Amino acid sequence: MVALSARLQTVDVRKGAPLGFLVGALAASLIFGMVQLANDPALFFQTLMKSLGLGSVYALIALGFVLIFKATQTVNFAQGALAATGALFVAFLVQERSVFSEGQSFVERDGHIPFTSFSNPLNGLGGPDWLYWLMSVIVAMAFAAVVGLIVERLAIRPMIGEPLFSVAVITLGLEIMFRVFNNDAVVIELRPVGVPWSVDGFTVGGAFINWSFVAAMVAATIAFVAVYFFYRSRLGIAMRAVAFDQEAAMAQGISVGRVFAIAWAAGAILAAIGGIFATQPPVAQTVSVDQETANIAFRALPAVILGGLDSVTGALLGGLIVGVAEIYAGQYAAANTSWLGAGYPLIVPYIVMMIGLLVRPYGLFGTPEIQRV
Amino acid sequence: MLGRPLLYTAYRQEAQMLPTWTQKVVFALFVVVLFLLPFDLPIISHIPVVRFLGDSDWLLIMARMLVFAIAALGLNLLSGVGGQVSLGHAFFMGVGACAAVYLGGTSGETTWGHSLPIWIWLPGAGIAAALVGVAVSPVAVRLRGLYLAIVTLGLVFLGIHFGNTSWGRKIAGAPGLGREFPELDVRLWKEEKPLLNVSDDGHWLWFDVTDLQKRYLFLLVLTIVFAVVAKNLTRTRTGRALQAIRDRDIAAEVMGVAEFRYKLIAFAVSSFFAGVSGALFAALLQRLLANEFNLFLSVEFIAILLIGGAGTTAGPLIGSFFVVMVPEFVKAFTAWLEDAEGGVAGLVSRVVLTEGGDFGLINTAIQTPGWTLSVDAWNIVLFGALIVVFLIAEPLGIFGIWVRIRNYWKRWPFSY
Repeated sequence: MVALSARLQTVDVRKGAPLGFLVGALAASLIFGMVQLANDPALFFQTLMKSLGLGSVYALIALGFVLIFKATQTVNFAQGALAATGALFVAFLVQERSVFSEGQSFVERDGHIPFTSFSNPLNGLGGPDWLYWLMSVIVAMAFAAVVGLIVERLAIRPMIGEPLFSVAVITLGLEIMFRVFNNDAVVIELRPVGVPWSVDGFTVGGAFINWSFVAAMVAATIAFVAVYFFYRSRLGIAMRAVAFDQEAAMAQGISVGRVFAIAWAAGAILAAIGGIFATQPPVAQTVSVDQETANIAFRALPAVILGGLDSVTGALLGGLIVGVAEIYAGQYAAANTSWLGAGYPLIVPYIVMMIGLLVRPYGLFGTPEIQRV
Repeated sequence: MLGRPLLYTAYRQEAQMLPTWTQKVVFALFVVVLFLLPFDLPIISHIPVVRFLGDSDWLLIMARMLVFAIAALGLNLLSGVGGQVSLGHAFFMGVGACAAVYLGGTSGETTWGHSLPIWIWLPGAGIAAALVGVAVSPVAVRLRGLYLAIVTLGLVFLGIHFGNTSWGRKIAGAPGLGREFPELDVRLWKEEKPLLNVSDDGHWLWFDVTDLQKRYLFLLVLTIVFAVVAKNLTRTRTGRALQAIRDRDIAAEVMGVAEFRYKLIAFAVSSFFAGVSGALFAALLQRLLANEFNLFLSVEFIAILLIGGAGTTAGPLIGSFFVVMVPEFVKAFTAWLEDAEGGVAGLVSRVVLTEGGDFGLINTAIQTPGWTLSVDAWNIVLFGALIVVFLIAEPLGIFGIWVRIRNYWKRWPFSY
């Protein structure tokens, strides 16, 4: 036991065997990919687009985690519930014109939900349907930001300076509370989020590609570019300063509370966008908010951990790696893995995460915690 | 000595499980009350809350509380004493339950089982869970804080997935239906007549006991054994090493505490407790359901620790009483309000309860989809709110509140 412990502690995680293992695995998967590409290019391309679409959704959710972690040093376990809440806002806002989701039109229920009688003022403005949907999404993002701000003010702000794990458990408690209300809102019928492209797609050289894959990639690109520029703004620099050293930032006159609030608002907005994509292929096929929507955050957690909790680059690459691994495993390895059961691609992210953590305990791009003796 | 409870004249005295005479007496009384609780006795049945806890419908909940207490004690060793936060406790409980049903369950066309007696399957459940705990420790021991929490969270999802695969169903039963779980009867081997019959009504000492009362007493003995083991572990070398690792792991290692070894021990022991508790949990429901060992259950144990008070032995016990009982109290109170007519209770009932209308908060109709929420849904909200409120207002939990009250009276009439 002692010998094993000594061995485990002396292995430098950056070089030697683990790195060789990683390079070997990478080379093997590249060769495998080449063979598959030669076999059936159309299927390979379709799978690639699908996996990049899923990776983009994961990256979006992961970005929300990272933003909140960088500012508050804690994982927001309520991200999934916030995602479902944001998607529900969209569903409530678009319910008056459910033209996009044929066969899933919104059914008026008994009037026990406060939102059923909600009339969207945007509907009165007229205009094309896609513009109406886009405006609804933007309004829903604003609502989500307000929810994030309220949560931060009531539950997170009082915990400044408390142990980080306590804050993480608070977010777990919030997730449980939010989930009850979300599930209550979707318990009778699905809530279509009314995306203009629904489950449609287009065909390129025999490969069928859903519009939602492209949309997810576009949304992720916009989000990452926005965050990149945000971190170069005055406020973004303040946020990075708080992430680097809370006390020193305070001493320099940075309002830590405001940084917390903005991080939570941004995290909630990203969660809402992720929530919309969580209802579409390749994550789900319903195009509506249901009880599964909130699970997107738990599916995206491996991406965050793999990339490193405090790295924006890590969120992007972690999301893409996990997305590629999940979809390709489902596409090509299903025949040999019947003992893993149906739907095993869902656990692939967690397995990838554990292997990744064996090699790098702080994720691919995470900052190793340096401790002074 | 009696007047000066804090005067210690020897280390041995200070390290006692119950250092003062007051604690000894109170603890003894408490245990006696717990043992006599199910029976209709002159004094016991007049103590306020205890009076109705012995009723058959409450006794089942009490039994569940005891099972939860065992798992919470295990998690406390890992998270409260050792500082290694685990969200995977439900997974280890599930592993224990599956191992128990594999060893003790009956074999059939769709199920695997060996019909072994309880003295094999109950420790077997713990050992299987402990082995799985040791198996994941190469990853877990190297991680700290939230990374560890998320990896153990991943275990829960892996567990539920494998419980629903084709071979997992042979152990855990069909999804949603589950599988029959072996009785708690103690047998020497597979003979007909058990040594200790816990599944039928019978007569023990001077009392007529129902099967439920028997099960409760059986679990009570087990819980006390596990509590003593847990308490003992915290005040020995291992416990001190774990506390040192919790407080500052690098400092502990510099002082010569083998971090890897003690973390490994903590994982194994905590998983053992969880495994036994999971097996008992399934045995109490007499059914094993793979999907029941989910994230919510894990969070429940974290909540038990935080609400009760992490790092103490009394904390998990108080916490499991609180977390298991409060929803039931709320339910019972709602049922009582429903029947109330006139007076303040009637007024409150008119305001709070509803039968599908828009007015009122708690829907008492049998089928209550949508707004307004049912009592069960409100209980989950209350559970989440309790976690948030306790962490913000009283991070040390109920035990912390008790310590504050005690210290106030100790110093009275001075404020410090």
